[in-house]
Amino acid sequence: MTTSETLSPAPIPTAQPAGGAEPVIAVRGLRKRYADLEAVCGVDLEVHRGEIFAFLGPNGAGKTTVVEILEGFRERSEGEVTVLGADPARAGGAWRDRVGVVLQESSPEPGLTVRECLELYAGYYRAPRPIDETIALVGLTGKADTAGEALSGGQRRRLDVALALVGDPELIFLDEPTTGFDPSARRTAWDVVAGLRDLGKTVFLTTHYMDEAERLADRIAVIVAGEIVACGTPATLGGRDRMAARIRFTPPAGAGPLPAALAPLAETGAGGAVTLASEAPLAHVGTLADWAFRGGFDLPDLDVRRPTLEEVYLALTTSDRKDRS
Amino acid sequence: MTTLPIRLLVHQARYDLLGMMRNRQARFFTLILPLLFLVIFVGVFGNHTVGPEHVKASTYYVPGLTALAIISGSFVNLVISVTAQRESGVLKRRRATPVPAWVIIGGRVLTAIVVSVVVSAVLLAVGRVAYGVQLPTSSIPGVAVTIIAGSATFCVLGYALSTTIGSADAAQPTVQAIMLPLYFISGVFIPNPNLPQWLQDVARAFPVQHLASALHHAYDPAAHGAGFVWSDLGMLAAWAAVGLVVALRRFAWAPTAAPA
Repeated sequence: MTTSETLSPAPIPTAQPAGGAEPVIAVRGLRKRYADLEAVCGVDLEVHRGEIFAFLGPNGAGKTTVVEILEGFRERSEGEVTVLGADPARAGGAWRDRVGVVLQESSPEPGLTVRECLELYAGYYRAPRPIDETIALVGLTGKADTAGEALSGGQRRRLDVALALVGDPELIFLDEPTTGFDPSARRTAWDVVAGLRDLGKTVFLTTHYMDEAERLADRIAVIVAGEIVACGTPATLGGRDRMAARIRFTPPAGAGPLPAALAPLAETGAGGAVTLASEAPLAHVGTLADWAFRGGFDLPDLDVRRPTLEEVYLALTTSDRKDRS
Repeated sequence: MTTLPIRLLVHQARYDLLGMMRNRQARFFTLILPLLFLVIFVGVFGNHTVGPEHVKASTYYVPGLTALAIISGSFVNLVISVTAQRESGVLKRRRATPVPAWVIIGGRVLTAIVVSVVVSAVLLAVGRVAYGVQLPTSSIPGVAVTIIAGSATFCVLGYALSTTIGSADAAQPTVQAIMLPLYFISGVFIPNPNLPQWLQDVARAFPVQHLASALHHAYDPAAHGAGFVWSDLGMLAAWAAVGLVVALRRFAWAPTAAPA
């Protein structure tokens, strides 16, 4: 497992020496059993200070159970869990003072305006952030005196983020922060989350959207059926960097057979489109170009593509988890 | 927060109160409805003498409807809002902050007590200006203690009942189904000696009768003493104790969901 210390741009002062910094979240051998079901079967995780860590998995894979154990809302059956140096199952107010939680679903405080919601929550914390600054951080300044219940879905979610931030926590849990957002609201929310990294916060993010994970996360872990099947940076997750690229083109009629080097890699699909699974895309495209040039024809729909994070994720979550890294 | 816990309690109650005052349904059931009933019932009975104490209808209905207002402001509002807050994740989100549980629970109780005291004062003021109702000065301590104790009791009972209600939609019909019959047999709407004996016995087992009766006695111009009716306060305390045990054993911050 590679750490992302080199990736996180905002080193913040800690009591720990930089090299041996204690992870913000350390999980070892975590298991959770319900009556007739083992929902989490031996999970190991480490989240480092200042990183955005995305936790992905299909519904029912144990994702929520793990998050709720880390948040201190659920008891575990087995294993070691340390979050900010304490066991969340036993941690009290002093620990909660350092943790912000954005739940998957929560309504605004009934009857209160955005500013009043924040004033209420600021009162819970030892050293809260300035309220207007926190409202500005999530882009709700124009809505500060609007009733929370009158906000749109995206604005409510941003209010939730503001409520989790007002205590100035070191670690923030974001549970599916953009579910149900339109694309522009999602982009605004991404800017807010990216802003948390600039503040030096550690973010534990769960999401169903691969573009969200790819855009925001320093590292990603994927959980399937209660086990971590892959963990890495968006570029390397599940061996993505070593996976074959896809070269696709439609040879014109009368183009003749493919070059011998490419024939074994080819698969012909509908309309005569050929797809090559290529481990050496540059060389193979060169061969193709040569072939077309000599034959005097063009390949106008030529397309070379690396596997997307979504394809990697689908491969991890649907096949029999072969690619552990 | 480095302030005293009691300041945190007041902080919580302040925002709970703000939220409640902006809730149209809460305003209607707690303030408007008791006033409306006062005008209607005094009109129906023509302000003639009613009830076991043979007092003017207005002198009978001000304390009776004060009991209604206290129960609305404490029990009814609390059950509805706590069930909704549990379902909508508000309670769980508060639980994720450093605020102690007793502050969240106690803040709501403090809010209900403030509302009860204010609404009782409004009812008394209207009764006095419109119908000349007098509260014997000597009874003021008893009335004050009864309002506060009644409000706290019905809050605790509200927390206890909220643990048995699965969804916010069910909260309103459930509280009304419990309270409407009790109002009718407990002397809130109709003087209770007009009822058959067995209904009076049923009423005596429940706290509504004892809150109404304690207030009726305190408002009785012929009554002496400081307005404390210890038997009624004792019954309220007993119900509060039962409610507290149920609430403490069963209270949940989030709906009980299937594991995922």
